[in-house]
Amino acid sequence: MELDGNAIGGLLRDVFGTEMTDAEATCGTCGAIGPVAETVVYLRAPGTVVRCRHCTSLLMVISHIRGLNCVDLGGLGALDVNQSQ
Amino acid sequence: MARTAVRGRLTWQVATVASVAAETDSVRTIRLEVPGWPGHRAGQHLDVRLTAEDGYSAERSYSVAAADGEPVAITVERLDDGEVSPYLTEELRSGDQLEVRGPIGNWFTWSTADGGPLLLVAGGSGVVPLRAILRHRLRSGSDVPVRLLYSSRTLADVIYRSELDQPADGAQVSYTLTRSQPPGWTGFSGRVDEAMLAKVAWQASENPLAFVCGPTRFVETVAELLVARDYPAARVKTERFGGA
Repeated sequence: MELDGNAIGGLLRDVFGTEMTDAEATCGTCGAIGPVAETVVYLRAPGTVVRCRHCTSLLMVISHIRGLNCVDLGGLGALDVNQSQ
Repeated sequence: MARTAVRGRLTWQVATVASVAAETDSVRTIRLEVPGWPGHRAGQHLDVRLTAEDGYSAERSYSVAAADGEPVAITVERLDDGEVSPYLTEELRSGDQLEVRGPIGNWFTWSTADGGPLLLVAGGSGVVPLRAILRHRLRSGSDVPVRLLYSSRTLADVIYRSELDQPADGAQVSYTLTRSQPPGWTGFSGRVDEAMLAKVAWQASENPLAFVCGPTRFVETVAELLVARDYPAARVKTERFGGA
């Protein structure tokens, strides 16, 4: 099931401790920049998979294992949180 | 051991169901009493968590159906193969309790300061956050002009119909029915396309702000059509949902 970053606002708040849907994600592969809300999200993969809407490269993978969130941000070039909150 | 809320983190809270109202055969609006709810903005979500006796739990994210300042409510469509929605729409009764956390989301939201004119495009239950925007506009006394184009399968599938049939001043509501139309239907028929948007959408020169919410395919199509109409991509906010 393909969704977008709006669907994982709660999970991202768990991981980052702040609102992330309006954070700006830069794809480490193609350089596209856009809000986390507009990324492509797959919830039912093993873990939550977040991909770039422009080039489909992997941006983030979050897996919940034995009560811990394991977070791989390797595909991100940058992640800029909105400081105005 | 006492639990301490970490600043910025969301904590699960127990909400009590205040009422369950039928919107259509398969859609219910569930009003919730959430002690200490910090308030929400139109377009935000909340997460619902159901836990079975064996400890298995399932979480889903739902748009808040209410305007800023209104009691918390969600509108849920039953999906027959879903894990959570059949329970919420068929089993839940007033007085039942649910775990929720929220509000969530800062992107697909509208405040009066964001201005307009607004173009809202909904597919099916994608109308829920857009209804919250319409109600917030009305309650706040905003005079931002707004047009809603709402795509449903049939007239019987239109959610909030009695409310949407009486739009506030400066609000215009258009329906399109994709599967069947009643005799004498004067609204649009078929899927949202370029010709329909040519009739309903603001001109790009009016600097509109668009919110598009619906199933993934619907949102992709509409967002592409709006960008083709020269809407700047940053002024086309999208939210995709999928069932479960």
